[in-house]
Amino acid sequence: MNEVLMYALITLGLLGTIAAVILYFVAQKFKVVEDPKIDLVDEVLPKANCGGCGFPGCRSFAEALVKSANEKHSLEGLNCPVGGNEVMKEAASILGLEVEEQEPLIAVIRCNGSRANSPAKVNYDGPSTCAFAHNLYAGEGGCQYGCLGLGDCVASCDFDAIHMNPETGLPVVNDKCVACGACVKACPRGIIELRPKGKKDRRIFVSCINQDKGGIAKKNCEVACIGCSKCFKVCPFDAITMNNNLAYIDPVKCKLCRKCVEVCPTNAIHEINFPVRKKKAETAEEVVETKTTMTVTHDTKSDPQKDSQS
Amino acid sequence: MIALKTFKKGGVHPEENKISAHAPIQKLPFPKQAIVPLGQNLGAPSKPLVKRGDEVKTGQLIAKAEGFIAANLHSPFTGKVLKVDDAIDSSGYRRPAIYIDVQEDEKWEEGIDTSEAVVREIKADKQTIIDQIKQCGIVGLGGATFPTHVKLMIPDGKKAEYLIINGVECEPYLTSDHRLMLEKGEEMLIGIKILMKALEVEKAIVGIENNKPDAINHLTELAKQYVGISIQPLKVKYPQGGEKQLIKATVNREVPSGKLPIEVGCVVSNVGTAVAVYEAVQKNKPLIERVVTVTGKAVKKPSNFMVRVGTPVQMLIDAAEGLPENTGKIINGGPMMGKAITSLEVPIVKGSSGILLMKNEESKRGIPQTCIRCSKCTVACPMGLEPFLLAKMAKLSLYERAESEKIMDCIECGSCQFTCPSNLPLLDFLRLGKNKVGQLIRSRK
Repeated sequence: MNEVLMYALITLGLLGTIAAVILYFVAQKFKVVEDPKIDLVDEVLPKANCGGCGFPGCRSFAEALVKSANEKHSLEGLNCPVGGNEVMKEAASILGLEVEEQEPLIAVIRCNGSRANSPAKVNYDGPSTCAFAHNLYAGEGGCQYGCLGLGDCVASCDFDAIHMNPETGLPVVNDKCVACGACVKACPRGIIELRPKGKKDRRIFVSCINQDKGGIAKKNCEVACIGCSKCFKVCPFDAITMNNNLAYIDPVKCKLCRKCVEVCPTNAIHEINFPVRKKKAETAEEVVETKTTMTVTHDTKSDPQKDSQS
Repeated sequence: MIALKTFKKGGVHPEENKISAHAPIQKLPFPKQAIVPLGQNLGAPSKPLVKRGDEVKTGQLIAKAEGFIAANLHSPFTGKVLKVDDAIDSSGYRRPAIYIDVQEDEKWEEGIDTSEAVVREIKADKQTIIDQIKQCGIVGLGGATFPTHVKLMIPDGKKAEYLIINGVECEPYLTSDHRLMLEKGEEMLIGIKILMKALEVEKAIVGIENNKPDAINHLTELAKQYVGISIQPLKVKYPQGGEKQLIKATVNREVPSGKLPIEVGCVVSNVGTAVAVYEAVQKNKPLIERVVTVTGKAVKKPSNFMVRVGTPVQMLIDAAEGLPENTGKIINGGPMMGKAITSLEVPIVKGSSGILLMKNEESKRGIPQTCIRCSKCTVACPMGLEPFLLAKMAKLSLYERAESEKIMDCIECGSCQFTCPSNLPLLDFLRLGKNKVGQLIRSRK
């Protein structure tokens, strides 16, 4: 009896030792040397895996950060839009570096061709994806640059930050936006742009990307940029450029003076989160309207938009 | 009775509805203003040669071919160029076009024979024929608008054996090719002879579906005088007018995936193209007009018109006694492959074969249900693909997998969507997938 037990123990023990020796050499041979900093940096990243940094996920971004720190001793060109400055500072301190503060960005919808402003001339009954409708025709309102309103941007958002407003048929971005850029890529018309959030969340932008000549643009949409250059002439900071019948406001040069908003004949330039103006009754009304629609969408973001998503 | 020839794989048989088959081709009056889009052919758009204020004559070259796959464009009217600007076309987008203010009295460009007399003797040699076709801006009139002279330049090491002429007209409703075969049969056969000479082939086969017995009899009678041309009646089946399906049906050869018909020694051309080739080579007349069917169940006078390129759709509908009240969709082309247009200002182009006015109730799409895996689409697909799978892949953005499942072989005939009992928008997603996969392939180069 004892003998049997002894043989078994010896055999198993020997097998175990041999396996251990083999495994030891294999482990030596295929050892993966990983910088321990990668784990540390990965720890502080938001783990959203949204791809907003341009890398496939947070782990790849951590690897890129450590690689850049080791090779170039700087983190230039690398930014986590979700975590923002705090996360980047923390990651930089782990790597013993400093980062420049980046201005936080937010997605803005550069189209105001709502159902009221650009009434439908035809009805679309195909599959409800913008990518397909874009291949097919100009859009219900007839503007070939404008929002198709089928919600590819909403489907692409991982942060619940963009929703369709069922009244206007346009997407609305809320405060949850982290500027990952997924919607920018999803929009087949390139309507969405990432712009600096601005001081006190105030920003001014041209809410139109129509490059048609004024008459045609206006025929299709009440609030289209008609390329009249009035804003270009009035801007004291040279922040506005005119290209292909379309004005564009450079967010870096813009000092938020709002002169362009006042002169725009079609109200194509939007000001967001500004206090109500006292002087002109007409424009003040406009601001109140924008403000109210903004707040409304903030409050009701969860329930009515679910229908438009499906 | 011996069974009629047809292609083997897939296919459907939609209601034929050839209600305009007995309406002779009529000439349409000229519009006041014509819009001639610059991108009328497959490939690169033509480059305009005229500017605002220029006087143009009918048949004058107004835009030149740029690049290899490109075609010349000629003025369809006499008049003054108003402007070269963007105009809405059948794609629904605004694209560059030439606006012409049309004059009532017509002046033709010199050297164009406008008489009706049939010129039978073919004097031109191979190279002259190809040059003349190129000069006159002839493109495939079946709908794809591929420049014909490019088709005739056979790559080295390849030899064409058959010229196959597509008189199938498998799209329901459309009758433009049918009328053309009946009324311009002789011209068409001479055109075929010219194409045969250019391709150096001995045999030409005209494939005609059996629902056009008058055209089959008429052409069989005429073809007796033309050596090498045979008329082949075919069983009625959609999409027999597809190049690859027609080759399979007539000469029983299969074009390999991703290859052109010349791989199996065939060149396919449309009957309309043959007539255009006749006019170009024998009469020096450029391609400025074509036959367009205006039809629909509610249309008062379904007709076939000889229309100049650049005429707005509105005029055709007026000539067919107006837009019926309950029109739901206006389709450029046939009901299977055509596309709804969003404006009546859209001009007729070289590739327009018909204007179909669909009643509101028949134009509605069914509500899509879930796929019940009945495999009807797979059975119907003439290319042997699995449409339900490809549509799903396109929907989920799995473009690499869709490519390996041969999404690019899809001919967009719409048989899958037609046959789907769940009303799934299969073709729509296949088109989207093809578009994306095409981009993917181009980005690799």
